[in-house]
Amino acid sequence: MMMADDDKILLAHGGGGRLTNELIRSVIISALGNYTLSKLTDSAELKIGQTDICFTTDSFVVKPLFFNGGDIGKLAVCGTINDLAVGGAKPLVLSLSLIIEEGLELEVLRKILHSAAKAAKQENVEIVCGDTKVVEAGAADKIFINTSGIGLKLPKADVGFEKIAAGDKIIITGTIGDHGMTIISHREGTKFESDLKSDCAPVSEICGKVIEALGDDIKFMRDPTRGGLAATLNEIVNQTNLGIEIEESQIPVNPTVRAAADMLGFDILNIANEGKAVIVVSPQKAQKCLEICQSCEIGKEAAIIGQIIQGTEPLVELITMIKGRRIVPMPYGRELPRIC
Amino acid sequence: MLERINEAYTQIARAQKTLGRTVNIMEVCGTHTVTIFRAGLRSALPEGLKLLSGPGCPVCITDQGYIDAILAFADRTDIIIATYGDMIRVPGRNGSLEQKTNRGNIKIILSAEDVLKLAKQNPDKKILFVAVGFETTAPATAVLANEALQQGIKNIAIFSNHKLVVPAMASLLTTKNHRIDAFICPGHVSVIIGCDAYLPIVEQFHKPCVVAGFEPMQIIDAISEICRQLAEDEPQLGSVYQAAVKPGGNETAKKIINDTFDISDGYWRGLGEIKKSTLKLKEKFSSLDAEKQLGVKFIPEEDLTGCCCGEVLCGLMDPPDCGLFATSCTPDSPVGPCMVSSEGACAAWFKYTRKKRQK
Ligand code: SF4
Repeated sequence: MMMADDDKILLAHGGGGRLTNELIRSVIISALGNYTLSKLTDSAELKIGQTDICFTTDSFVVKPLFFNGGDIGKLAVCGTINDLAVGGAKPLVLSLSLIIEEGLELEVLRKILHSAAKAAKQENVEIVCGDTKVVEAGAADKIFINTSGIGLKLPKADVGFEKIAAGDKIIITGTIGDHGMTIISHREGTKFESDLKSDCAPVSEICGKVIEALGDDIKFMRDPTRGGLAATLNEIVNQTNLGIEIEESQIPVNPTVRAAADMLGFDILNIANEGKAVIVVSPQKAQKCLEICQSCEIGKEAAIIGQIIQGTEPLVELITMIKGRRIVPMPYGRELPRIC
Repeated sequence: MLERINEAYTQIARAQKTLGRTVNIMEVCGTHTVTIFRAGLRSALPEGLKLLSGPGCPVCITDQGYIDAILAFADRTDIIIATYGDMIRVPGRNGSLEQKTNRGNIKIILSAEDVLKLAKQNPDKKILFVAVGFETTAPATAVLANEALQQGIKNIAIFSNHKLVVPAMASLLTTKNHRIDAFICPGHVSVIIGCDAYLPIVEQFHKPCVVAGFEPMQIIDAISEICRQLAEDEPQLGSVYQAAVKPGGNETAKKIINDTFDISDGYWRGLGEIKKSTLKLKEKFSSLDAEKQLGVKFIPEEDLTGCCCGEVLCGLMDPPDCGLFATSCTPDSPVGPCMVSSEGACAAWFKYTRKKRQK
């Protein structure tokens, strides 16, 4: 679908699915495009003097601001750290900018900043610059945060879509859908609300360790945020022209998350994560990679969920619990609860 | 699990033998359709069985005229449009609620109860409630109407387009040359209306009707049961969802539906008018009835030119045989209900069976 001139931006254009892709390709890249940007990686790789660095940015507009497992402050720090980490970089410094709606309680702001600072400190990352704007009541929803980050490329890191080959294994570093279902349940006020917890966490430890141990056997990493696992895997097949086959029975899912998703009619594969990484690794080193993931605190439930295949078409296929097969399409962009 | 799948294989083969052709079973309910696709059920069952996705997504069968009528209020700052989430992408003649509403005058709700809350929070605005759904959501709308009347809440306007499942099933069976051999009946709806509601389908049309829940294995069990009946030529009522479904359904819910709504003829997207298939508020709720209060105008769609949903639903045609399929009708700009529904037959064919997209 091409965007026509009289089209408007829909919420779904921000959902990380097909519509987001379309917006980026047909509007943003065409206006700003350059070699680095058009690679569409999580972070830009730049050479400054003799040093390879990664540079990335992300904005956070989550509602509610505070949720079980985190808040917008922690999310803003972890999100950007994760974009650097999956690019094979060690996060160094962050910027943090605030757009605050008139009327926000100071106490709320303090709590958010405190939690951002704590998350940064745990990762040994400093927040070194920032900006603050206040807008009229109604012009923003309480608070929006943007963070940018710079990381040092790990010397052994050599990740990218072009490295992926048929036979490579796909690892997810833990259960999927936790963050998205926590936020959605909160918003919709479902009965699962109190039992769900966002997975919001930095993945830099896992990413750093697997790169350190396995070097270029680690082919590609990505944090499956908006659009979930489905969006990340579809991006891989689109960029590589290879196929992917995953097994439903191998994908770790927290039972409460599954129950909440079933109740609202959501496909768990489309639901956002904030503390997970998808790792594509050579078949020889897959087991080793899995063990390293599982040795990390947030990677205990890591699993090999499938592999890259030389299919006839760039499709993601799921082998279901009952041993049926289906295609996992790119999500549209915004999951809506169903009544039927 | 394997045992139950094997049983289904056996029964399908028997039914196929009795009928002398492919067995066509329609799953009436949109949620079943979703389960069938997510579980990859079609690929796990033999070729001799064809599952037809029925008209059971209440959102997808919403006539274009209904959307247009709501969109007439899209720019009104004194009105909040309250709708179920999956409704916002259903296109009218000039676009969908998602595309045409501006800046927050649309609220996505999870239940009719939320409408009452919205009305109280926004006393200076009128809440236009997009009341759609089958017998599952109708009781909640009825409760809302009664509560609002009792509490004297005036700023609610209910635009009812609730639909009844059984008249639609009967209507499909009167289509010429239809190929429907049996129905998997919707779990949630049946909890309300009860298994006995399908008796006319069994008695008049001699089609097995088996109620199933939403686990893939339950659908497989329903298929086994249906095929057994077909093989033995003994169409019956059945249920593999027994715990939840009673023969008479939920009397309280049925009563409030009867007390609140009149049954009238109504339009179904792509299927046209179906007699006695739509619920409209009774006279005593006039003060809450959007059609009377706001003068919303419903102009039913003429034929969706070129759309073959009727034939697709009846199993007479596969989606790629429709001239509009994948050309002017795609999931991003759907024409008929089978494409509007994200898991409708046409959309599913488009999304999940890409290899066959080009005929
Ligand atoms: S492809 Fe579109 S127009 Fe054709 S039958 Fe399906 S929904 Fe109708």
